[in-house]
Amino acid sequence: MTALLNKGGIPIWRDKSVTPDPTEKDDVEVVIVGGGPVGLSLALDLGLRGRRVLVLNKRSFIAAGSKAICFSKRTLDIWNRLGVGQAMVDKGVVWNLGKVFWGAREDPVYSFDMLPVKHQEMPGFINLQQYACEDMLIEAVEALPNVILRWGHEVVSVTQEANEALLDVRTSDGTYQVATPWVVACDGSSSPVRTMMGLDFEGRIFEDDFLIADIRLKQERPSERWFWFDPPFNPGQSALLHKQPDDVWRLDFQLGWNIDREACVRPENVEPYVRGMLGDDVEFEPEWYSVYTFQCRRMARFVHDRVIFAGDSAHLVSPFGARGCNGGIADVDNLGWKLDLVVQGRADRDLLETYNDEAIVTADENILNSSRSTDFLTPKSDNSRAFRDAVLELAQDFAWARPFVNSGRLSTAVAYPSSRLSTHVEYEELSSGLAPGRVALDAPLKDGWLLRELGRGDFVLLAADDSVPEVEGLRRLVLSEVGDPEGLVSQRYGLAPGGAYLVRPDQYIAGRWSRPDRGQIERAWSRAMGGR
Amino acid sequence: MSGLDLNANIEQPDDFYARLLRMHEGLDREQSSVINAKLILLLANHIGDERALSDALYLAGSKNVLKSSVEL
Repeated sequence: MTALLNKGGIPIWRDKSVTPDPTEKDDVEVVIVGGGPVGLSLALDLGLRGRRVLVLNKRSFIAAGSKAICFSKRTLDIWNRLGVGQAMVDKGVVWNLGKVFWGAREDPVYSFDMLPVKHQEMPGFINLQQYACEDMLIEAVEALPNVILRWGHEVVSVTQEANEALLDVRTSDGTYQVATPWVVACDGSSSPVRTMMGLDFEGRIFEDDFLIADIRLKQERPSERWFWFDPPFNPGQSALLHKQPDDVWRLDFQLGWNIDREACVRPENVEPYVRGMLGDDVEFEPEWYSVYTFQCRRMARFVHDRVIFAGDSAHLVSPFGARGCNGGIADVDNLGWKLDLVVQGRADRDLLETYNDEAIVTADENILNSSRSTDFLTPKSDNSRAFRDAVLELAQDFAWARPFVNSGRLSTAVAYPSSRLSTHVEYEELSSGLAPGRVALDAPLKDGWLLRELGRGDFVLLAADDSVPEVEGLRRLVLSEVGDPEGLVSQRYGLAPGGAYLVRPDQYIAGRWSRPDRGQIERAWSRAMGGR
Repeated sequence: MSGLDLNANIEQPDDFYARLLRMHEGLDREQSSVINAKLILLLANHIGDERALSDALYLAGSKNVLKSSVEL
């Protein structure tokens, strides 16, 4: 394990020296509390939009331990929009295939493909250590002159005034104050900002402990997600095996409740689990051992006047489904452009209320899926165990039973079918394609990819051809000009001549028409910016 | 109107009932539970229709089946 520990016993991946206190008052538009993947991605999004951003990080180091490891296609699409997607893919382990095993059976009872729609730029999933992802985000953020990143600066109080929020920040040198119109709390599951504001979570806590063993081993194994129900090396419980970059592997073992958590992470107690899964003769080195219990809970609201919550500070899920960090990046995607428009005065503050609504839709879907996976993985009664085992038995022989097997429903983009930013026009000929409130699908263009063109930071009118009217200030992307060599854009969007889609800056569909006039597009655009 | 057929639909009820019992002979409670679960899943997949399944779940779980069937 990493030798270097901080005072609190947290392993250190990379030390960052404590940033000196500012010599003059900060003049910023947004303060982000927390420099994990969510806070850094938001800093990057807002920074690329030209906003003056200050990121305050309590710690003066990047923590080791892989923590989040699975990043979804949607997260990669978002990072691609922010310019770091390809670097993440290059560093990460790409995987699309998952296999589910049961008991001592050698063959999987079920396999699944995470990227059913092919011909998209980004893969279904990559695995990457959280610290590696943070390294890359920090590098990108540090290149922006309008974003300040401070290490070892802890927010100790939050006060809201009519026109600004005031933060007291403590460092090793003393305390200073920052005034800012907006605060985004990306300060993790035990969010100090949430506690300081007297806010809490609602929802379920699952009484179950899991052991994470990240180990280094040199062994040729496929880049697939392997999941076991009731394996011989962990009878009655579940287990997971996942590859990370640099010969690191994530092993996850369900332990049950009422265990001695400290004893469980001692190397001599972890070793039998590792050997049970990978073979007695396996040679490995420990990287990070940890025991976790999870919750499926969220705050009642994410927007509290000038303080906005995003990521784990706002919602928690079980790790099955990779919906934690990916859910947080979805928050960033939804919040960035809205906060930018509000700060610029181009949209009413009320637009942020749609962040509250849409991020809650996402959190609830993640919590629902995560709770259902947990109920399948760890049956709470004899009867639920009987159904679980019945599904696994049937799944071996029958394809129809396999969709019931739930070893985690892996994170995909969540739709907002009833978003008030969407404009719905019901035309029969638009029964195919993507409904408003869904995320845009990628497809190849003559040069490059559609999602890149839809991810330049602003609203886009995706038009089948130049018969679609232009609207002043709205970028028009004409498909007949950028080319649809395989016809996949037309097919995936159900686009016929004269047809068009209005796409939000976060690549969600705001409206679509088979033959729109200028007024329809203008009204939908205004509505998507929060106008009524 | 229920999505579920609530008229008598099995030609030889005694035969079917006997086969149902025979299937469980010699099994302990745990084995029987799994077999029942498999049977439910097989039949549910065959029916498929969301409304029929939803009505069946509602009726099976209700204390007063007759009253509940009128409500459907």
